[in-house]
Amino acid sequence: MYGFEMMSFNIKDGFLEGVVRSHRTGMLTVADYNNLSQCETLEDIKLNLTATDYGPYLVNEASPIYTATIVDRCTQKLVNDWNYMRTQADENLAMFMDYCTYGHMIDNVVLIVTGTLHERDVQELLDKCHPLGMFDSIATLAVAQNMRELYRLVLVDTPLAPYFSENLTHEDLDEMNIEIMRNTLYKAYLDDFAAFCQKLGSTTAEIMGDMLAFETDRRALNITLNSIGTELTRDDRKKLYSNFGLLYPHGHNELAMAEDFDQIRSAMEKVPAYSGIFSKLGYGESQMLDKLLYEEEVKKCVDCYEQQFHYGVFYAYMKLREQEIRNIMWVSECVAQDQKGRIADGIVYLF
Amino acid sequence: MVDLTRPIVWFYLPVTITWICFVISVGNPQYFIDYNWLWLLFRSMSPYFWSALGVALAVGMSILGAAWGIFITGSSLVGAAIRVPRITSKNLISVIFCEAVAIYGVIVAIILQTKIERVDPVDGVYDKYALAAGYSIFGSGVTCGFANLVCGMCVGIVGSSCALSDAQNSTLFVKILVVEIFGSALGLFGVIIGIIMSGGVKWAA
Repeated sequence: MYGFEMMSFNIKDGFLEGVVRSHRTGMLTVADYNNLSQCETLEDIKLNLTATDYGPYLVNEASPIYTATIVDRCTQKLVNDWNYMRTQADENLAMFMDYCTYGHMIDNVVLIVTGTLHERDVQELLDKCHPLGMFDSIATLAVAQNMRELYRLVLVDTPLAPYFSENLTHEDLDEMNIEIMRNTLYKAYLDDFAAFCQKLGSTTAEIMGDMLAFETDRRALNITLNSIGTELTRDDRKKLYSNFGLLYPHGHNELAMAEDFDQIRSAMEKVPAYSGIFSKLGYGESQMLDKLLYEEEVKKCVDCYEQQFHYGVFYAYMKLREQEIRNIMWVSECVAQDQKGRIADGIVYLF
Repeated sequence: MVDLTRPIVWFYLPVTITWICFVISVGNPQYFIDYNWLWLLFRSMSPYFWSALGVALAVGMSILGAAWGIFITGSSLVGAAIRVPRITSKNLISVIFCEAVAIYGVIVAIILQTKIERVDPVDGVYDKYALAAGYSIFGSGVTCGFANLVCGMCVGIVGSSCALSDAQNSTLFVKILVVEIFGSALGLFGVIIGIIMSGGVKWAA
């Protein structure tokens, strides 16, 4: 509201801002990661983690402990924190927090549909779903044969419904169509989320505009990388890019034309914000790209905490925790598979 | 930003201002604003109205500012203190700074109301000394009230940041406290000027 959010923000959201900021204190630091890297077994990792915020979630796990269990319990911590804040949240913030979880919802839908296609057991698939993206009718997703059925039988009652109506086809659900569906949904979702953040205005719009622009550009980059050499046409590819972000619209034109990694690279390097990332990347090292992008995202999320009185911290909190869980998973996997030399390659340090 | 499409900006506000000017000018259709009528209007207003309004604004606005500051600080403090309880007693300082702003207002209001004396109008018109006294008490009340309102909000916002940063890193507390002390000094300026303004009040020659 006219830059006066300093005066009015705390009426509704001051308490939760305090809560989400204190969760930041509990995130693992470089010292914690160093300790984790010294571990010889998963038991040691568990022992190290019990000294952190994850303690209460891991302390009662019986031996032998597996990576999956550790990751599961850590995710549970994020979910519990998130739900605690979500139940306290008020109007706009509640809406904002819901928007943050729609991405997981889309992933879950795609996971279930893909799993059904490969005739997996529904229960097994449900266990793999991200708990933040669950909704009531998710188990019935398995019955759908094509997108129209998927929409009419299941998704019409979920918040994803408006994103769906744009791209209904009668085509059967095969691998390619599912991937296209995921990306079309994501595009509609990010456009909607960005519009919502702009509507909130002031600092939230400023911070989230930046974060979502990065998110959507990363998606555009990934879509391009993954669609090279597939039967996806240039126009179809271009339809999957969101209508905002730093690459919009010229970068998108170039990405749609790109045929190999070097062309993508030259398209991305024209945006000053990304030329830094690509300059760290030697030629022919496209595998490192993921990590560099994660690092950039983490940097943005941490910067987001530098300002007060906005909703971006909630989004950033979720992203940082997820990154932390990925780090823990990487460390545990390395320890479990006796690849301790590679631990440092996969960790993205938060602070 | 101001949304120009909202009717309050382009319709209600201009119409209201025009209407008020018109009502004031009813005294004489020849001028849009009739100063003789205005003089009559303000001469006939009781100085006790102005002095009472001054006292009310001094205490009311100060308490509004203090309350505003306390809730800004308090809600952040409560949220941050869940995980880091050690910050609670230290950060009570921020709440006390906000509270002090209300006390300034109360002090000025008490000083102002002791200045009010009884004078009787002659032929329904108050003496010029009495009119001046009414206006100075009003002015002093508004000065103190507004100064304390913004001071309270300033201290509240800084206090909220203070609580959140103290929870992250306890060495920041003292540094932000300095900022907060300067913020809370702002209210004192209003108090000083308010007291000086009402110092020379004389109700009769």
